[in-house]
Formats: sequence, structure tokens, C-alpha cells
Amino acid sequence: MSTHQALRDPFEGIDLPRLEKSIYSPRAAFSSALSVLTGAMTLVAMLPLASVLAMLIWRGGRRLSLALFTETPPSAFSAGGGFGNAILGTLVMVGIAALISVPFGILAAMFLAEFGPNSKTASAVRFCAKVLTGFPSILAGVFAYALVVLMTGSFSAPAGGVALSLLMLPTVMLTAEEAIRMVPAKMREAAIGMGCTPTQLAWRVILPTAVPGILTGVMLAVARAAGETAPLIFTALFSNDWLYSHGRLNLMEPTASLAVLIYNFSGMPFDNQIELAWSASLVLVLIVLVLNIGGQIFSKRSIKL
Amino acid sequence: MSRHDVVAADRETISKPPTRFDQFVDRTFRGSTVAFAWLTILLVVLIVLQIAEKALPAVRHYGFSLITSTTWDSNRGQYGILPEIWGTLYSSILGLMIGTAFGVAIAIFLSQDFLPPKVELVCKNIIELLAAIPSVVYGLWGIFVVIPLLRPPANWLHEHLGQIPLFGTALSGPGMLPAALVLGIMILPTISAISRDALVSVPHKLKEAALGLGATRWETILGVVVPTASTGIFGSMVLGFGRALGETMALAMLVGNSNELSVSLFSPGNTLAALLANHFPEAGGAEVQVLMYAALVLLVITLLVNCLGAAILTKASARFSGITK
Repeated sequence: MSTHQALRDPFEGIDLPRLEKSIYSPRAAFSSALSVLTGAMTLVAMLPLASVLAMLIWRGGRRLSLALFTETPPSAFSAGGGFGNAILGTLVMVGIAALISVPFGILAAMFLAEFGPNSKTASAVRFCAKVLTGFPSILAGVFAYALVVLMTGSFSAPAGGVALSLLMLPTVMLTAEEAIRMVPAKMREAAIGMGCTPTQLAWRVILPTAVPGILTGVMLAVARAAGETAPLIFTALFSNDWLYSHGRLNLMEPTASLAVLIYNFSGMPFDNQIELAWSASLVLVLIVLVLNIGGQIFSKRSIKL
Repeated sequence: MSRHDVVAADRETISKPPTRFDQFVDRTFRGSTVAFAWLTILLVVLIVLQIAEKALPAVRHYGFSLITSTTWDSNRGQYGILPEIWGTLYSSILGLMIGTAFGVAIAIFLSQDFLPPKVELVCKNIIELLAAIPSVVYGLWGIFVVIPLLRPPANWLHEHLGQIPLFGTALSGPGMLPAALVLGIMILPTISAISRDALVSVPHKLKEAALGLGATRWETILGVVVPTASTGIFGSMVLGFGRALGETMALAMLVGNSNELSVSLFSPGNTLAALLANHFPEAGGAEVQVLMYAALVLLVITLLVNCLGAAILTKASARFSGITK
């Protein structure tokens, strides 16, 4: 008898609110509606990417041929042509930019992460690097114009490289700092215990361990620099010739690049030029995407201890 | 082991005290890292000084009248950048509204366990790829996809609601709305990535407490998670705004390059960065100095906005250090 009483529903006779979630209650309906709305917005935000890629493949893919990579841009009314010199120009300028910004960025990052992580200098440097991250690319062009073009007296590939290096620097520096910080303290302590000087520690232990992380940053920075147009208008302009033509190297002359070619040709009223602009966009986006995906692969390979 | 052996072994050990040369290399290397760190600060100072110096002749000659005047006529030497300043701010604010609405919604959707972790990661990477597309490609896409797509509805709005100043003109080609829309798409990844970081770093305890009290998922998000992450979200908006102000190529291709001061969404306009990009290659003498003045104005605006954004985010990341996870 007593057992029976214990088993009785303890809430019998008490008026309880409904505990199950019902879609008809205003609170639950509101919640579901917002879930659907944000999900839809996420999908809508992916549409531009899909549309850009579709257009690139559809309009840019049509003209894709070997001639594009070996010929120079056509003049106004002529047909055919390519943008081999622009691809080469982009590669040369991004190369110059990487030669400047990678050592600079890694050395500064070494200070930020190893030699003075908590110093006032370090926080000031970090702040400057963050400000440079959001620095308008066109102003990097204006700066390189004032610094290099006015000094050397001509638009040139090195001037373009300087402008691009300014845009790569913060990315390289901040990701390298992050990568160096990720090196496990155990390895550091082991090296110091063996009597390494801080420099030996940096070169033989920290840098080799941090290389995948640093490479990620470098690849992302290169990808960004390859797509930049605005700084090149101020520094490299454009040229219809190869960097090496008429038997000499025209390093200190205006230099072509893919991005400026797309900009110049997009505003022209000729179908041939517009088709070339689309093909150049396809090539440029492919380069950028490959670098981005490569960077992500490296970041996955970086150490997690 | 004889005493002789011990001495010999000692000479061949792997670890030995650093030689004079090692110490010299060490000091030089450490010195050079400090030097390069300082060089970063110097670089920012140098950029400001260099642009200011080149702008100085125009600043002396025109003073503030350049900022308040609206005509641009290089033949008569009359310059004014008020329409460009207005266009820069107007397009950036419109772009920011679009970018924030979508960016924050995406950040919430991709951080609050709506999707399985793997799908969430894929979606996050896809959204981040939006940032990888070069701006000149967005410009090309805008000319051939966005403008033709927007023209019919825009012109319908102009015909039927033309008396509202926002729809005061017809969209004949390039204009403020396509520019702002593409701008919004371009800053969306910045806003969603930084906002998502802020949302993810909200301590789980807070969320669990709210759910435990019987709040629905969205009551928890809107009442607890978003307010806690609000500093980070605000910081992401400020940084996104900074990006939008300095964005050049897509705008130079889409905004229409006309010296107009209009509130209409469909009227062509101009921005400071687009003005620089379009006029610089053909500019000479006095016009270059005026363009440098415009660059200085742009530099001051973006530096202020970016410093503000960086400061807000530094404050935001320090905020949760007291709450143990």
C-alpha cells in the first residue's frame, strides 16, 4: 500500500506549464524563424562567390589557350593577343615584394615573439602592424610613388614591388609571430639547456619548427599582393611589351601586370579586350585561390603539441 | 678511465660555451630584430610624413576651400573634393549596412552550433574565400552582372517612388547602389570573421546558464551571447568601415566617376580613392598636388577609423580574461 502511494505522480493536481517545445508557441516560432532567416542569409552570401566563379569559367574559359600566355596585349582594333607579359610582370613584382617583406616581417616577428614579447616597443609595433593591415592599398601606391618613382624618375617594376611589399608586410609579420609563439616551450628550454645562444635557438630550433606557419602567412600575403591593382597604377602603370624586349631588360620601365590589364581592358568598348579581361581574371583568380588553398594546407601541417 | 681520456672527451662534447664569434653573431642578430621592429613604426610615420609633404603645396595654395568646393576643372585650375568625400562616406556607410547585416547573421549562424562542426568549417572557409577574390575582379563582375541585374528594379523604383530623394534619379549604368552592394560583399568576410571570433570566445558558462533558465536558443543568443560579444562585433564593424573607405578598384569601376553630390542611390558619384585611381595616370603638375591633398584626406580618415578599430578589438580581447572558462 505504501509503495503504491510512492509511485503516484507527485505533480498530480498541480497546474504545470507545458514543458515540450511547441512550434505554435510564439517564443519557439520566433526562435525557429530567426534560425531559418540567418541560415538563408548565409546561403545568399555565398551566391556572389558562386556567381563570380561561374562567370569566370563561362566568359573567361572560352578564350583560354596557349596564345594567351605567350603573346602580348593587342592594340585597340586588332583581334587575338594575350597577356603573357602581364603574367610575368605580376610574378616579378610580387617576387620583389616578397624579397623585401619576408625577411623584414620574419625578423620583426622574431622580436615580437622571442626577444621582447612584453616590451612597450612590441605593443607599439603590433599596433602599427594592425593599422597597416587596414591601410588602403592605394595609399601604399601613393607612398611608393613619392618614395621610388619620383626618386628614380620612372615608373618601374621595383617601384611596384615596394608598394606591394608594404601590403604584404603586416600579414607576414603577424602570422609569423603567431607561428613562432606556437613553438612548444619544451623545445625552447631543451635548446637553452644545451647552451644555445638565443640566436642559435632562433635559427636552429624555432625557425625550422615554425616554417609551416610562416609559409601560410607568406602565401596569403602573396595571394593578396598578386590581386592588388590600385598601388600598381601609381608605380608600375602598364606596358604592352615584355619585360625583356629589343635585346635588353627593361626593369626600370613601366611594367604590365594582370590586375592593371583587367582594369584597363574592362573599360574598353571592344569585345576582344573585354574577353581578354575575363580570361585574365580567370588566370588571376586561379593563382590567388591556389595560393590560398596552399596556405591553408600548410597551416594544417603546422605543429600542434 | 684515465684523466687524459676525460680531457679529450671534454674537448669533443657537443655542448660548449659560445665562442666570441657566437656572441658577436648573437648580439648582431638580436640587434637587427629590434631594428626591424622599430622600422615598422618608422614606416608608418614615414608614410604619413611623405604623403603630407607631397600634399603641402596644394594645402598651402587651396587651404580648406578644396574640401568645401564641388567643382573639378583641371583646365581652369579649379579643384574641389567635397563630392568625393561625401561619396566615400556615403558608399562606405551603405556598404557597411549591407556587410554588417549579412556578416553578423553569418557569424551567429556559423558559431552557435546550428550546423555540424564539419559543415560549419566548410561554410566558414567558403565565406572567407569571398575575401580572396581580387577587387578588380569584383569590379569586372559588377559591371557585367550586378549593374544589369539592378537596373530594372532600380528604374521601377525611380518611376513609381521618384519623389523620395533616395530614388531621385534613374540608374543608367554605374552608380552608388551597385558600388555599395559590391563593397558590402567585399567587407562581409572581414566583419563575419572577426565577429565570429568574438562570439566563439564568449564563455560557455554564460550560455549554459541562460539555457538552463529556460531561454530559447535565440533568446540566449540575442540576450546573452551577442551583448557579451558586442565590443568585438563593434570592432569588426569599425575595421570593415575602414576597409570600405580605402577600397579603390571596385569603386573606381562601378561608382561612375562623376563629380556629383546626391543622396540618390542610383546616381553616379565618386570616392576619394576612385578619384586618385582615375585621375592619377593622366594628371600633371598642379593636379598631382591636388590628388596628393586628396590622398592626405583619405589617409587621415582611414588612419583614424583603423586606430579606433584596433583599439576597440584590443579592449574586447582583454574583456574575458577575468572570466574563467
